[in-house]
Amino acid sequence: MKYSSLLFANLFRKKVRLMLTIGSFAAALFLFTFLAVVKSAFSRGVEVAGADRLVVINRTSIIQPLPIADRDKILTIPGIKAITHNNWFGGVYQDEKNFFPQFAIDIENQRMVFPEMVVPDDQWKTFLNDRQGAIAGARTAKRFGWKVGDRIPIKTTLFGGPGAWEFNLDGIYHNDRPGGDESQFWLQYKYFDESMPADQKGLIGWYVIRLDNPEDAARVAGAVDAVFANSTYETKTETESAFAASWVKQFGNIEFLILTIGSVVFFTLLLVTGNTMAIAVRERTAELAVLKAVGFSDRAVLFMVLGESILIAAIGGTLGLVFAAAAVPVLANALNGLLPVLVVSPVTLLTGVGFALAVGALSGLIPAFGAMRLRVVDALRRV
Amino acid sequence: MVRVDGSGSGGALIQVRGVDKNYSRAGEEIHVLQSLNLDVDKGEFVAFMGPSGSGKTTLLNLLGGLDVPTHGSITVDGDEITHMSAGKLTQWRARHVGFIFQMYNLIPVLNAFQNVELPLLLTKLSKSERRQHVEAALTIVGLAERMNHYPRQLSGGQEQRVAIARAIVADPTFLLCDEPTGDLDRKSADEILDLLTRLSTEYHKTILMVTHDPAAAERAHTLLHLNKGVLVEGAHLDQVAGGVA
Ligand SMILES: Nc1ncnc2c1ncn2[C@@H]1O[C@H](COP(=O)(O)OP(=O)(O)OP(=O)(O)O)[C@@H](O)[C@H]1O
Ligand SMILES: [Mg+2]
Repeated sequence: MKYSSLLFANLFRKKVRLMLTIGSFAAALFLFTFLAVVKSAFSRGVEVAGADRLVVINRTSIIQPLPIADRDKILTIPGIKAITHNNWFGGVYQDEKNFFPQFAIDIENQRMVFPEMVVPDDQWKTFLNDRQGAIAGARTAKRFGWKVGDRIPIKTTLFGGPGAWEFNLDGIYHNDRPGGDESQFWLQYKYFDESMPADQKGLIGWYVIRLDNPEDAARVAGAVDAVFANSTYETKTETESAFAASWVKQFGNIEFLILTIGSVVFFTLLLVTGNTMAIAVRERTAELAVLKAVGFSDRAVLFMVLGESILIAAIGGTLGLVFAAAAVPVLANALNGLLPVLVVSPVTLLTGVGFALAVGALSGLIPAFGAMRLRVVDALRRV
Repeated sequence: MVRVDGSGSGGALIQVRGVDKNYSRAGEEIHVLQSLNLDVDKGEFVAFMGPSGSGKTTLLNLLGGLDVPTHGSITVDGDEITHMSAGKLTQWRARHVGFIFQMYNLIPVLNAFQNVELPLLLTKLSKSERRQHVEAALTIVGLAERMNHYPRQLSGGQEQRVAIARAIVADPTFLLCDEPTGDLDRKSADEILDLLTRLSTEYHKTILMVTHDPAAAERAHTLLHLNKGVLVEGAHLDQVAGGVA
C-alpha cells in the first residue's frame, strides 16, 4: 500500500499518546475477554445440557424434597426411557473453599440418564457393590490428586449430625461432551438414605428423566406435573437447560451485570479514543490541508484518519486478547474450580476483535469526517 | 505576456475574466477582488505585491483551485476550473498546480524524500519511477544528500527547498508561491529566489509569486500590484530578470 508509510508515520507521531491509547484498548479488551469467559462459564451448563432430559423438582423450591414413591407414578407416563434421582449432599472436603457438587444417586439408573458421563465398567461394578463407594468427576479427582482406591472423608453438618463420612473412591467419570461437567461426586442413595432420621427417609432431591424423543419434552413435562397437581408434593418439570438456566440465575443476573460493565467500558473507550483522535486531527490541520492542496481527495483523507484509529484499535485489542488468553488459565487455577471450565473460545476472540475494530472505527468517525470536510483555504489561514 | 485588462488573445495559459471574490463577515459583504482580469502566458514569472489584506492570497487560492470566485471565470490551459466539482478540482490540482507556502508546510513525520514523494503517490508511477522523480527534484533544489533528513533536521531555507521539490516533482503546469521567502533570512531567501529564477529560466516553469520583498519581486519578469481589488501593472522587469539569467 502506497499510503502505508504515511499512515504509520502519523501513527508514531506522539509515541506516549500512542502507547496510552493502545493501552486503553488493551485494558478494555482484556476486561471484555475476561467477562465473556466468566459469562460463558456460567452459561455453559445451559449450553451442554441435554435436550432430551427433564428435571423434576418440588414446585415450592429445589431445596424441598420429593417422595421416592413418585418414581413409579412418573414411569406410567409414556415416552420415558429412564429416570434417576439425586440428592444434594452439601459436604465439605477438608476446607469450605474446596467446593464441588456431591450427589446421592440412584445407582441403577444414573448411567442410563447420563450416558455422556462415562465410568469404566469394572470401576462401576466395584461402586455398585460398595456401600460406601463413590465416583468422582475427572476434574475434581485431578484437583485433589485423588486416585481410585483412595479413602475420602467428607464432612457434613446437614445429615446425620456433625462428623465425617468416609467414601472409597471406586471410579472416575469422564464427560464425553466437550465442556461437559466433570466436577461431580456421586455416592449411593441407599447408603445416604439409611443414615437419614426416620422423618427424612424416602425423600429425594429431584428426578431427572431421559426421554425417548426430545420432541416429547413439553408433553411429558406437562403430564408429570399433572399427575402431582393438588398433592402434597406438587412438582415443577422443565427441560434440563431451562433448569440449568434458572440455576445460573441464582448467582444473580450475571448476564445483566456483564452487559452493564461491558457497555460502560465500551463507551468510556469510545470517548477516550474519540477525544484522542480529535486532538490528533486538530493538531495536524495544516498538514491535512497541504495533503488536500497537493491533490489528496477528501475521501483519501477520511480513510487515512479512520485507518489510523482502526489500526490503533487492532493493535491494542490484539494485545488485550493475548494477555487475557494468557491470564485466564492462571485465573482458573486461582479460582480453585469454583466456576465451571474457564476457556477463551474462538468466538470470544472474534467478538473481541470485532468489538475493538468497531470502537476504533466509531471513535475515528467524527474526526475523520471533520478532516474530510476541512477546507484547505480555511485551514491554512488558521495557522 | 502578462495582461491585466482582459485583452488577452485567448492563447494565454492562465485567463482570469471578471473575477469577483466577496466574503461576508458579520453580515457585511467584503469585496476583496472586483472584476479582476489577468492573462499569463506559459513560461512567465509574475510577482504580485500589495498591502496586507489586499487579497493576494485570495487570488492565489482562486488560481490554484483551492477556492472558487463569487463571479467570473478562470481558465487554465483550456480547462475552465471555475465550474469543476470539488472532486474534479482536486484531481486538477494534483496534475496542474505546485504550491509553495510561506511556512513550508512539510509533513514533520515524513523525511525529505517522503515529503517530496507525496504528490507522486497520486499518480500511476511505479515505486522505482517515483524514486527517480523524487531524486531528480531533490537534485534540482540541491538537497539530494539530505533526502533522509526530517524537517526538524533541516534549516528553514532547506525546508523551503524541499517544499519546492515537492511542488515541482509531478511537473505541474504552473507554480504558486505565497510569500516563499517571508519567513527566511536574507541569505536563505536569496537562495530560494535563485532557485525559483533557475526554475523559470532553465526549466521554463510558469511561476506566480506573492511577495512583500522587493528583492523577490525583482526576480520576476512582471510585477503586478493588487490594490482595491484590481491588478495594476508595476514596472516591467523583463530586462532585470534577463540580466540575472
Ligand atoms: N474566509 C474568510 N472570511 C472572511 N474574510 C476573509 C476570509 N479570507 C480572507 N478574508 C479577508 O479577505 C481579505 C484579503 O485577505 P488575503 O489573505 O487574501 O490578503 P493578503 O493580501 O494575502 O494579505 P497578507 O499580505 O497579509 O497575506 C482580508 O481582509 C481578509 O480578512
Ligand atoms: Mg497572504
